[in-house]
Amino acid sequence: MDFFVQLLINGISVGFLYGLSAMGFVMIFKSSSVLNFAHGELLAMGAFLFLALVTWAQLPILPAFLITLAGCFVLGFVVERLFLRPLIGEPLIFVIMLTVGLASMFKGILLLIFGGNLNTYPDFLPSFLGIQRGMINIPPVYTATLIIGLTFLAVFGLFFKYSSQGIYMRSVADNQKAALSLGVHVKLVFALSWAIAALVAGMSGIVLGIINGINVHDLSAIGLKVFPVVILGGLDSIGGAIIGGIIIGLLETFTGGYLSPSLRDVVPYIVLVFILLVKPYGLFGLKEIERV
Amino acid sequence: MKKRTLRFHPCGNYKERYDDELTIFESDFGRFWALVGLIILFAVVPYVVSPYLLYVINMIGIAAIAAIGLNILIGYTGQISLGHGAFFGVGAYAAAILATTVNAPFLLAVPAAGIITALVGMIFGIPSGRLKGLYLTIATLAGQFIIEYILIHWESLTKGTMGITLPTADIVGFPISGDKSFFFVIFIALCLMTWIAINLVRTKFGRAFIAIRDNDRAAEGMGIPIFRYKLLSFGISSFYAGFAGAIWAFYMISVTAEPFNLTLSVEYIAMVIIGGLGNIAGSIYGAVFITALTEVLRWLTDYLMNSGAFATSGFNLNLAPLREFVFGLAIVVFILFEPRGLAEIWRIVRSSFRLWPFSY
Amino acid sequence: MENNILLQINNISVVYSDVIQVLKGVSLAVEKNHIVSLLGSNGAGKTTTLKAVSGLLKPENGKVTDGSIIYKGRNIQNQYPEFITRQGIIHVLEGRQPFKYLTVEENLKVGTATRWLKPHKDDLEMVYHYFPALVKRRKALAGYCSGGELQMIVMGRALMAHPELLLLDEPSLGLAPLVVKEIFEIIVKINEEQATTIILVEQNAGMALQIAHYGYVMENGKIVMEGSAADLVKNPDIKEFYLGVGVAGDLRSYRDVKSYRRRKRWL
Repeated sequence: MDFFVQLLINGISVGFLYGLSAMGFVMIFKSSSVLNFAHGELLAMGAFLFLALVTWAQLPILPAFLITLAGCFVLGFVVERLFLRPLIGEPLIFVIMLTVGLASMFKGILLLIFGGNLNTYPDFLPSFLGIQRGMINIPPVYTATLIIGLTFLAVFGLFFKYSSQGIYMRSVADNQKAALSLGVHVKLVFALSWAIAALVAGMSGIVLGIINGINVHDLSAIGLKVFPVVILGGLDSIGGAIIGGIIIGLLETFTGGYLSPSLRDVVPYIVLVFILLVKPYGLFGLKEIERV
Repeated sequence: MKKRTLRFHPCGNYKERYDDELTIFESDFGRFWALVGLIILFAVVPYVVSPYLLYVINMIGIAAIAAIGLNILIGYTGQISLGHGAFFGVGAYAAAILATTVNAPFLLAVPAAGIITALVGMIFGIPSGRLKGLYLTIATLAGQFIIEYILIHWESLTKGTMGITLPTADIVGFPISGDKSFFFVIFIALCLMTWIAINLVRTKFGRAFIAIRDNDRAAEGMGIPIFRYKLLSFGISSFYAGFAGAIWAFYMISVTAEPFNLTLSVEYIAMVIIGGLGNIAGSIYGAVFITALTEVLRWLTDYLMNSGAFATSGFNLNLAPLREFVFGLAIVVFILFEPRGLAEIWRIVRSSFRLWPFSY
Repeated sequence: MENNILLQINNISVVYSDVIQVLKGVSLAVEKNHIVSLLGSNGAGKTTTLKAVSGLLKPENGKVTDGSIIYKGRNIQNQYPEFITRQGIIHVLEGRQPFKYLTVEENLKVGTATRWLKPHKDDLEMVYHYFPALVKRRKALAGYCSGGELQMIVMGRALMAHPELLLLDEPSLGLAPLVVKEIFEIIVKINEEQATTIILVEQNAGMALQIAHYGYVMENGKIVMEGSAADLVKNPDIKEFYLGVGVAGDLRSYRDVKSYRRRKRWL
């Protein structure tokens, strides 16, 4: 029973992380319908930037964290500006293959600089965040994940719901031409959605790094795990991404715990194929509102 | 029989029928040079180049077959596959299993492996074909991981991480082993597969693929059953991958699952983009480019490491990440600056030669 | 008179994808605070003219290749829509393009995108004043609103930007006659109370000429006739083609109109 509860907790935490990682992906998809295959590399960029700041530059945790977020924001902005802006109006297939190329490029850079070994952050989370009750053990990092994750969700939820820039971003996702006719800066919106997505990705990268250690290959693999998550949740639903993430996370940990550890990493993709077969728009994906 | 005159460079558009538009060679000039090229390829190349270079050329040939298959899918049908590397692996394993368990001869095992791969590919094509957009890309991504897993973990069939060792291939009693005899096998196969592909895209199937690529809704409106054609295109592309994989398996003698990862799939995508989307000859250029690039990088890293430039700093320059980076860069640069790839560059160069000095 | 001209289009040609020429030398002038209506059959180039003004040709790969568009003394042809909208020109697209997954009020808020400080409270009041029907729908998703409500949303959205020049593309499309009447009344009210200049593209020539001050008739990418609305209504050709009333006053069938048209060509 304890094993079950422990798996449940692990699954939810891991899944929550997947959901967070997927959030950035969904944001890009919603605003510009680009499937970003470089998402894992954005995660890795954040994780390694934080690592470099903490270990090489010896910065305290909080400033390092904030600088990393800012750095990721700028990175997303620059990536959009340099690589995606020239492709506006080109067939989508080029844009998607461009992200495949970017993924490989980023991965190469990170491997050249940091190598393929497993790195770890110094231990910095306060231990009071951990919960120990009987056999059940919730390490501090999971609690921290939950807190950071919920904060981000709340902040972005409010941002998209109420701020004017958030409304503009949604309007572009909804009907680009109409947004353009009203003077919404569509290009700015694209750049901003990449920047925010990179920021969220960087943050998830850091948390993933705290839990699993920081390794380029692992992080980019998680970037691909975003696909089962978003297909399950519905490609264009941010809430769906979180719930899809939790389901995938639970599936993974339970398969790992009860069936076989090696099956763990494939289960999401089996689910993906299954979902594509039976419910292609996912659990929360919007089908077009057909009238109008 | 109608007497035909040789045509060299027509100084205008003299095409009178649709058939003229469909010819592969615009002029007899092109036909002539293609023939010369083939003669040099088969009669000269294998006898003059060094064994290592011959090995590289063979690898180019195998990669070109797989890349042509991927180009039919990406370049002509407008669907992206991220599982081409895994399908290549399916072909390799299928050939290995056929050759070891039922003693299938080379000539049978290779096409059979291609067909098996096509069937496996179509399984992953089914969930995506019903949907518009880029779901095939995602499904093939899943395919890549699931196939990789099966190749490693279905031990009774694939011998797991041990891998399978293949018997020496032979064609009606003549054993083929060594780079030179494989050179002929690979390049005859490449010529055949290129010929099939070029002619395929000129048929109703090819036109249907192109229609789906350009506007699937309009294609459907014109009565093209999109799902069937997408699946067919995907099957053909997987067949090419499996075919190439099978030859690769016989050439390499032993097969393990490691090479068939996502990186290989991305490599094939790079070949197709760099070569030129929707251009069969372009895939061959792409295969040459990528394979040659790998060799240049290999040489470069070896040279730098051995020259001692980094020996003192403890900095370890590895081939793999550099290769990864350069491939990514190549994809990005080509998409941004010459999305039609090397084939287009080649066309521009050629026509500027032909039209020189009066380019208008 | 000269200073009263807000928008002057001089002999523009518009080409899509570098090959398809849609406008072949269109010139028109719009006076301040006037409603100018642009009439013409389908494919005459009315929508393209509006897009050339608002800059929305760009995303469709179209270009003004010749001539000039002068707005308040400035050349604005081939500018980006982000720039043009900030000069006070707002284009209400044909076929009502709401943001389906945004609520009515959020749709309206998008309209403030062109202005720096966004005091949307008063503006919302103003829009609800013109379109009281929207008040009780403010929290509903626009995707679930009726056609008439949608037309109000997109017009209200445009009003939020305080446009000086409003380009209305077929506001009556697919609406019931009563709703059309209501919408046209509101257009007049906006024109009078907000001092907004309006270019109105319409198929419904009768309605359009009733509220317009001046009118242009387009055909095949050219302006073939112009005049004050009052003159145009009396013109026998206009009556024939757009109002569906024969010279003798009796209604004629569409077939007669067509055959007549074959005999007589404009210009």
